[in-house]
Amino acid sequence: MSILNDLTGADPGLTPRAVLLRLGAIGGLVAGTAGAFAAVGGWLSPGALDQAQIVDRFERVNGPHPGFRRNHAKGLCLAGRFESSGRGARLSKASLFGAGQVTPVTGRIALAGGQPYAADAATTVRSLALRFHLPDGEEWRTGNNDIPVFPVRTPEAFYEQLLAAKPDPGTGKPNPDALKAFFAGHPESAKAAALIKARTITAGFADDTFRSLNAFRFVARDGTETPVRWAFVPDQAATAESAAQSARADKNFLFDAFASAVRRAPVRWHLVATLGERGDPTADATLAWPTDRATVDLGSVVVTATEAEADGNCRDVNFDPLVLPAGIVGSDDPLLSARSAAYSQSFARRAGEPKTPSAVHDTPASGAGL
Amino acid sequence: MSPTAHFNRPARLLHWTMAGLILAMLFIGVAMVTSLAHYQALVALHRPLGIGILVLAVLRLANRWRHPPPDLPADLPGWQRQAARASHILLYGLMLGLPLIGWAMLSAAGYPIGLAGALVLPPILPRDPGLYAWLRPLHTVLAYALFGLILAHLGAALMHGLIRRDGVFASMALRLTPSRSR
Repeated sequence: MSILNDLTGADPGLTPRAVLLRLGAIGGLVAGTAGAFAAVGGWLSPGALDQAQIVDRFERVNGPHPGFRRNHAKGLCLAGRFESSGRGARLSKASLFGAGQVTPVTGRIALAGGQPYAADAATTVRSLALRFHLPDGEEWRTGNNDIPVFPVRTPEAFYEQLLAAKPDPGTGKPNPDALKAFFAGHPESAKAAALIKARTITAGFADDTFRSLNAFRFVARDGTETPVRWAFVPDQAATAESAAQSARADKNFLFDAFASAVRRAPVRWHLVATLGERGDPTADATLAWPTDRATVDLGSVVVTATEAEADGNCRDVNFDPLVLPAGIVGSDDPLLSARSAAYSQSFARRAGEPKTPSAVHDTPASGAGL
Repeated sequence: MSPTAHFNRPARLLHWTMAGLILAMLFIGVAMVTSLAHYQALVALHRPLGIGILVLAVLRLANRWRHPPPDLPADLPGWQRQAARASHILLYGLMLGLPLIGWAMLSAAGYPIGLAGALVLPPILPRDPGLYAWLRPLHTVLAYALFGLILAHLGAALMHGLIRRDGVFASMALRLTPSRSR
């Protein structure tokens, strides 16, 4: 008997050579399992873009703002309801589209960018995030922007663009060479940027149109799937943003105006779905769909209250675009899964950070001097 | 101890089913937290699989309680006996604990915990981002611990099966033909 056989308590029928071979096989199997785990976890491919890197880059570009969203950092909470028109019921089995259904809604208006104390500016992209509270714990969360198309097609392009568009500390503007190089490598983004730049800028949040940009699919009761993109179209006519407004010194003029508007009367948007047809791009958010596509007015979002961000309200909600009720599913757009992943990473980080009050206080801008 | 003593058939079926599910779950989990392209698909698998494992772990514990496992060989050194006992307590603790912590952390984060279709689990904790920030990394650390324990369990099982050849591995092996009842 060898020492090896004694140490391992091996069956006396095994030769030391056999014990050694078998030990090697066991070690190989255990190490192989560990190696496969490491490979799947991305440790062996450090070059691949992951969710932490995207959020890291937001932090690098915007500086640290603990407790705030890494993007769309400046915002205001809202509450209201969704009144279904019933016209969506044939397209999606989601209960909120049933005729006569009224679904409670909470949400958040915000400005794109990771600077929670930036002054409101007319040209900053605005967003409308909503959370529909369906019966039995189901929810629909959706984040929408007031631009016609999304500036990038893939998460990798988004990551590159974040750095290329980083404002130079000296000039306060992005380095033109970096932007030029980015657009040269991404002609689809150059085209999208031109469309975004040419958009009509409205007076404020209440008369703005917010779009899903990414495509989704509505699933009907019989299983029929329809590719859709949706938009929140304001009930009130849009008025172009005026020179006087752009010159306002009030740092929160867009948020204050919205809060005041809601205090006067509920602000309404129509939820309008555009139905995609065969061949319409669902995996490329930089491309608009043809303008003659059929649309369906699914109902109205009615905002009846606003509230400054605080413990437990919209501040602590992750508006993950893939939190969907049965009857709505994601499309093959690669941005959707990436948004879901990056939002989750941002949410997990800010959840544990100390909170400071939002710049938006939800007090009337013209209030009496306090 | 009878040399042919083995775990009862439900125990063996549960063991090998859960071995596959838990390994799949750990690989899905570790891929999920880095992947961008497959994040959503993996999360959609992770949640129902986790609840499935929780249910199976409860059944398994109940079966184990009613049908105690066979004794370890009498000649097994004391430290190995203790290591086996401790690792099994930890394995059961993590099989039950990881899904519960996952469920609790999603509750604290305020996510609807959709399993399939319109089926949503109720929250088991109040919404509290601070609690989520604490539970989320705990879920990861304990998942790594479970993976490490499974590697040790695999290595030890193969030592019994290939080197000691003392019947411990055979007591959990799945036979293709039903074993004769004793």
